[in-house]
Amino acid sequence: MDLNYTQGQQQFRATVRAWLEANVPAEPLPSFDTAEGFAAHRSWEAKLASQGYSAVTWPKALGGLGADLIQWLIFEEEYWRAGAPGRVNQNGIFLLAPTLMEYGTAEQKARFLPPMATSEDTWAQGWSEPGAGSDMAAIRSSARREGDEFVINGQKIWSTRAVYADWLFGLFRSESGSSRHHGLSFILMPLDLPGITVRPIRQLNGLPGFAEIFFDDVRVPASNLLGGEGEGWRIAMATAGFERGLMLRSPARFQKTAADLVALYQANRERCDGDPAIRDAVMKCWMDAEAYTLATYATASRLAKGAKIGAEASTNKIFWSELDVKMHETAMSILGARAELMPHAPQAEGIAQWLDGFLFSLAGPIYAGTNEIQRNIIAERMLGMPRA
Amino acid sequence: MDFSFDDQQIQFRDAVRSFLVVQAAPELLREHWETTDSGRSPELRQKITEQGLTALSVPEAYGGLGQGDLDWVLLLQEVGYHGIPDSLSDAAYVGIGIVAALDDEAFKSEWLGRMCEGKARLAISHPLNPLVHDAQIADLILLWHNDEIHAATPDQVSLELNPSIDASRRLYKLTWTPSDATRICDAQRGQAIWAQAVNRAAVSVAAQMVGLAQRMLDLGVDYSAQRKQFGKPIGSFQAIKHHMADIAVKIEFARPVLHRAAYALQHGDAQLEAKVSHARLACAEAALLAARNAMQTHGAMGYTWEADLQMFMKRAWALESFWGDRLFHKQRVAQSLFAEGASIGPGTTF
Repeated sequence: MDLNYTQGQQQFRATVRAWLEANVPAEPLPSFDTAEGFAAHRSWEAKLASQGYSAVTWPKALGGLGADLIQWLIFEEEYWRAGAPGRVNQNGIFLLAPTLMEYGTAEQKARFLPPMATSEDTWAQGWSEPGAGSDMAAIRSSARREGDEFVINGQKIWSTRAVYADWLFGLFRSESGSSRHHGLSFILMPLDLPGITVRPIRQLNGLPGFAEIFFDDVRVPASNLLGGEGEGWRIAMATAGFERGLMLRSPARFQKTAADLVALYQANRERCDGDPAIRDAVMKCWMDAEAYTLATYATASRLAKGAKIGAEASTNKIFWSELDVKMHETAMSILGARAELMPHAPQAEGIAQWLDGFLFSLAGPIYAGTNEIQRNIIAERMLGMPRA
Repeated sequence: MDFSFDDQQIQFRDAVRSFLVVQAAPELLREHWETTDSGRSPELRQKITEQGLTALSVPEAYGGLGQGDLDWVLLLQEVGYHGIPDSLSDAAYVGIGIVAALDDEAFKSEWLGRMCEGKARLAISHPLNPLVHDAQIADLILLWHNDEIHAATPDQVSLELNPSIDASRRLYKLTWTPSDATRICDAQRGQAIWAQAVNRAAVSVAAQMVGLAQRMLDLGVDYSAQRKQFGKPIGSFQAIKHHMADIAVKIEFARPVLHRAAYALQHGDAQLEAKVSHARLACAEAALLAARNAMQTHGAMGYTWEADLQMFMKRAWALESFWGDRLFHKQRVAQSLFAEGASIGPGTTF
């Protein structure tokens, strides 16, 4: 055990810090759930990609830096420290890409990854359906093989970023009459194909952060199949592992919120200290953000020695999502009567991040597999408890 | 940057685990706790000595193994898991740390040598703990007095037994009169030694708490697999699964905090107190939740003297305020976190 950064790691941090300080936009970009904001975030991603910073863990040949996990953590720490924009293409870069690297053909990697790194292609995911949420194996949307094509029919829902994204990856039933985990295929497709209708769904904040997608005899080339026909479930589970595991939510994000929360508390201390529960909650949030960081460094160290990430990915997802809610709830109680103000309200100056963050945090225990499902996974796969 | 243990550390931990599974089975411990005055077993102490645990942190120059806090932090989780009473950790880890830091060579040689051979029990009296455990059978009691360190034998002090709900504990109200004859270290030097001892003891308690949490989780999972209701093992019901999963989450995010605290102890750290207290709070949270949820999972069996769960639950309740209660540790974290110019946020963890 050696908890010192190497000279190389310190140098990497300094280089990233200098670049971010020179390049991060002075004003926050508009929300990427607006057309204008999506375009601005796409340009920012292209700028990141010019340095290999949009996907630091990818091989250099595909647009990354070939960074190891410790370097990735350092990059993320600098990124959040600098207050840089949210990652509009995270579904692609952090979720689909690791799956593509593991299951994709050489041709697929060369075709999909470089434009993903630059966000020339942005990605949405197509998992849930009206009748298949937590019970994802109940998927009914179909992919019927006809020669060199799949013909897609059905409906997906809660598809994050789908309103403005270019491509979709998702699970479809390719074997008619199959049930549950069998007969599913993992298919990639552009969202502008004939027969696709994307209908925006407004979220709690009023913006169309997700969408439902209708497929009406959509013809997709068979070369867009990822992995083998009928192997979709196994491949999707790998993607879900990355999502709940390390890549989707780096600890730096929560450390930034925790530090902001401490500052908010300090600035309002006179009023807050009448209620010792507030100080207690602020402290607990900061400690938990540190704990998440430490746990991630420990996991990264184990993975570097050849370990595989397992069901502990589910403990991560529960921990960070509940921490995020707790941090924002605490901020709301510190803000008191100003907490309800919309970000553009004149009296909300300087506190706009908290309401936005509060609303977003509430989605955390739901997306990427609800926390109830994660607890089942922990119980059954980590603790070996009997299935229902 | 490598936040993992090496193979040798893991192997030693595994060896101690295998040893304790056999030699410290619940029925054996309960017999000592429930039927003897001292609650301790000379035979078990002898076997523990043969495993090298009492010599582990004695410096090599004094015949020991010279191992540090990072080795101990793994072993202490096993010590907690198996419900080994406080006398081992406070003597072989915390107490030896105090003695080894003294300047008096003759004193050190004598007591470190005896500890290595398993022929001495140390007890510690410190204001964080109003009562002193295992003082009656101690060969030497180390006493705090205005940051000075004193040493006495049980016949030089007066002891009044105070039974604890944790049947492993033998707690005494200790009354004594400090004198030049009992003083072995002055306050100037003693202050730093006591500060390190408090941090070490807090890490020890934290490690045992996370071990206890794991034990109670395992007991809950086992029980829920055997107990059937509505024609099924109760462990197949979500309500029970989620009780167990919640403990697993707490443990998963307490251990790294604990390991970082042990690293800070071993290598020194400007924020040592806050890091240790954070570990202490996180591990206690895991243990107390484990006690609560494991008991609920056991149903009425969890409320009995018969079920082994009670041994571990009661250890956790007692340890919660041992070597600093929750308030003490929260204040130490607060002092660091809310200090002017505190360095927090992304990139400040290490």
